[in-house]
Amino acid sequence: MSKAPQATAEPLTHSDSHARPKGVSGKEPFLIGENMTGGYGAADILHGCTLAVEKGQIAVIVGPNGAGKSTAMKAVFGMLNLRGGRVHLDGEDISSLSPQERVRKGMGFVPQVNNVFTSMTVEENLEMGAFIRTDDFRDTMAQVYDLFPILKEKRRQPAGELSGGQRQQVAVGRALMTQPKVLMLDEPTAGVSPIVMDELFDRIIEVARTGISILMVEQNARQALEIADMGYVLVQGANRFTDTGAALMADPDVRRTFLGG
Amino acid sequence: MDFLNALVALLNFVVIPATAYGAQLALGALAATLVYGVLRFSNFALGDTMAFGAAVVILFTWWFQSMGISFGPVPTAILALPFGIAAMSAVALLTDRTVYRYYRRVKAKPVIVVIASMGVMFIMAGITRMIIGVQEIQFADGQKFLIDPTAFRTATGLNEGLALRMTQAITVVTAGLVVWALFWFLNRTRTGKSMRAYSDNEDLALLSGINPERVVAITWIIASGLAVIAGTLYGLDKSYKAFNYFALLLPIFAAAVVGGLGNPLGAIAGGFLIAFSEIGLTYAWKKVASYILPESLMPDGLMQLLSTEYKFSVSFAILIIVLLFKPTGIFKGKAV
Amino acid sequence: MTNARNRTLILFALMGLLLLLEGTVHWQVHPLNADAAGYTILSGSWNVVLEIVLMCLLSAIMALGVNLQWGYAGLFSTGIVGFVALGGLAGVLVSLPPVTAVWNAAGVGRLVVALLTGLGVVGLAVFAYGHLKGRARTWGVTAILVGGFFLYRAIFDPAVAYIEANDPAAAGNIGGLGLPALVAWPAGALMAAAAAWAIGKTALGLRSDYLAIATLGIGEIIVAVMKNEDWLDRGVKNATQIPRPWPVPTEVSLQESQRFLDFCANWGLNPVNASTIAVQLLYALLFTAVLLLILWACELALNSPWGRMMRAIRDNETASGAMGKDVTKRHLQVFILGAAICGMAGAMLVTRDGQLVPSSYTPLRFTFTIWLMVIVGGSGNNWGSVLGAFLIWYLWNKVFDWGSAAMWSATQYMDPASGLKTALTGSAEQMRTIVMGVILLVVLRFAPKGLLPEK
Repeated sequence: MSKAPQATAEPLTHSDSHARPKGVSGKEPFLIGENMTGGYGAADILHGCTLAVEKGQIAVIVGPNGAGKSTAMKAVFGMLNLRGGRVHLDGEDISSLSPQERVRKGMGFVPQVNNVFTSMTVEENLEMGAFIRTDDFRDTMAQVYDLFPILKEKRRQPAGELSGGQRQQVAVGRALMTQPKVLMLDEPTAGVSPIVMDELFDRIIEVARTGISILMVEQNARQALEIADMGYVLVQGANRFTDTGAALMADPDVRRTFLGG
Repeated sequence: MDFLNALVALLNFVVIPATAYGAQLALGALAATLVYGVLRFSNFALGDTMAFGAAVVILFTWWFQSMGISFGPVPTAILALPFGIAAMSAVALLTDRTVYRYYRRVKAKPVIVVIASMGVMFIMAGITRMIIGVQEIQFADGQKFLIDPTAFRTATGLNEGLALRMTQAITVVTAGLVVWALFWFLNRTRTGKSMRAYSDNEDLALLSGINPERVVAITWIIASGLAVIAGTLYGLDKSYKAFNYFALLLPIFAAAVVGGLGNPLGAIAGGFLIAFSEIGLTYAWKKVASYILPESLMPDGLMQLLSTEYKFSVSFAILIIVLLFKPTGIFKGKAV
Repeated sequence: MTNARNRTLILFALMGLLLLLEGTVHWQVHPLNADAAGYTILSGSWNVVLEIVLMCLLSAIMALGVNLQWGYAGLFSTGIVGFVALGGLAGVLVSLPPVTAVWNAAGVGRLVVALLTGLGVVGLAVFAYGHLKGRARTWGVTAILVGGFFLYRAIFDPAVAYIEANDPAAAGNIGGLGLPALVAWPAGALMAAAAAWAIGKTALGLRSDYLAIATLGIGEIIVAVMKNEDWLDRGVKNATQIPRPWPVPTEVSLQESQRFLDFCANWGLNPVNASTIAVQLLYALLFTAVLLLILWACELALNSPWGRMMRAIRDNETASGAMGKDVTKRHLQVFILGAAICGMAGAMLVTRDGQLVPSSYTPLRFTFTIWLMVIVGGSGNNWGSVLGAFLIWYLWNKVFDWGSAAMWSATQYMDPASGLKTALTGSAEQMRTIVMGVILLVVLRFAPKGLLPEK
């Protein structure tokens, strides 16, 4: 199981099975996947892992390769069967809902790869994002275009012809079309240049400012923790360190082990 | 004058038949490519779907004829088309329910579904032959020619008469309308777009809340519609024989692969490419050549590159060339 | 292990029982308003049983070939009919006597030159493709192929015209090499293997649907060539009088043999019936020997490192490729082997029928049924393929009879002049197709491992 809390007395340091009952921090976080245990097949990948994010905040999951970061996030989104633990969104237990049902509950998910419809235009991608909506979504589309002006410029172009960074913008834009309360991003900066990465992070901060909670997995731990309100360091499917982004950045243990000094 | 004669002969024996045949192939290839794009397998039952649908259309045609209903100069079969499409759609949905859905659920390998489609093909072939028989059936009625060759000869004074049969004109017009409607549907409607999205990226479509079963059902209905129309037009243009439709499978698949499996635009281009190559290579060019070549240069033979029995080897050769050099097809398809 | 063995034994015993019933029980139904002869449910004739068994044996050999491709390697080919037909062609080209009238410079000589020219053109085109670049390559190769085609036709067409003009009613073809029929068997395997090599080179390594589509094409084209190239095999005029393989005698020669007549007299047999059955039995022995030989080789291959690797590739192509196995090359090997076995069976078939009937090579008969045999028997299990072949071929024969009987019985109270009755009673052939399709779907869905699952 996970290691003892390090050099900090924050209540969210550690996620032992029953470490975070409802009452301790006053009120339950907006989205929480609590004590999640499970995997894709017979073997468990997650061992009592807990992730949470508050409204309008950014939570970042970092950790070494194979730590189960993406798996943990997919578990929150219902893409694998949990053997233990539960997921609450806005106080409601959504543990038994399918990913599609969670989308309707206000969760948006951006997969790491194959996250756009390559043969469809940018605008069609956004329309498909809004597929479940029966109301007029032109306002939302305008908001997405405001957030990512380049997409407006390229809205008639097939998404498959865009650059990697632009595609990620389409992917995020598509997920935003349902007006989610929580946006989950699986390594949004994988394979893009540092400049594009910075820009993407800026956009993600902007999204969070509109009141949307962000939960994301990141390979670039240092940069991601810089913008994170809360950071989760996972090792072997369990929480190793949990603290604010700044605190984790300041923690010498975290720095030495996971941020390369 | 000789040049005009050559041109008329060319139109008469190559361009017009190939256009009509190409339109039929294109419709068939569209059905193949849509099923491939959404359900991700090559449907070997397609040929017999066409045969079955056309058989139903013929039955309705006979019924209409017996009641004295006709469609003026247009073949009565066109009037019967919607009924054939409705019947075929019902059969396709039933087949999906009883056969294909299970393999979708268990996420079977595509090749297993292809084998299942062979089973469906044989059941469908058997039922078709049971209800309509194996004999050759002519069911085109109405006006025979839109441009009558004799009248054309008298009017123009040319040796060659231009013939445009009603069935050929109907084929091209119908195919044009159908393709226009299909592309309008795929590119302009929400349902059509969701179909394209599902074909493009199944997982993301699911994440977007697109209902896969609905997409699959619509795909079967559209593919049935295309197959019935293609099968009926082919039967009107040539004649109906249940056995012939199995042989259409090769040119149809070739057209779909050449155009890029899963790519509707490619399927149309592929259909016409195959049709023109097939007819161009198996046509005896002597007649056209006799008008434009001087006597001394005329060769002895028929100037036929390939005997008509080998017309299917043309689609095969094109298929092989494409597989060798550009496996994703001329227009980019989904599959490698 | 013993369980699987018991299952195999029991199912084969049941199959034997079915055949025993067919040979011993005579059962006919006589619906009202039907032919006086009635409709057969069981024939009670050993001749019929042997007839069925012979085709079962040949089908079993074909099924072993397909099992090699599908069961071992997971390759889906729809061109089995083409390979079987090529084997049949080998029977003609190897064992018929040459038509000496056309074995001269104007006939066969010129034909050989034409075929060599064709090969040379293709070789040259391949060479040019390898040595030229860019636009020069496109135009160069096109020019060679187009020019070569006309050159080939210029040599080829007169030779064909000459050959086909020679006594078209009885010959019109080149005949064969006049070698013993037994030689035709391996020759059939070789010809099918060559075709499989060409098609495998192109379509293997791409996704499975493409192999299915490409083999569908090659099957149709091989049969089309055999139907239309009269000089080769008399086309739809059928090549007849293909000699029998050693040691099978003709019925007439048996009936003339004193020893055979004595034997019949001793046992109280009718010499005519006995000779027919003796010939069938000899064929059956011969075919069984070949079947057992191939079965033994297949079992050996299945349990060898080669067979294990093949199945490893089938079960996880990506991983095997990553482990450095040349997947496409292995697939090509097994594809050729499987096709060769089908070709051999095709050659055996014509040396039994005594004639080559190109129009009899339909995909329904020689592609689909063989597939059905492999899947019903159990993909990947050689004994399963054999069992499947026996069961399906038996049903293929009987469903036709049963269908007729059932339809006549069901419609016996209907007006004899009614169109529905005519349609129903005339649909036995269609019913066979439908039943086979239903069997495939049911097995694929509810028992995808077949009667004898792979170990």
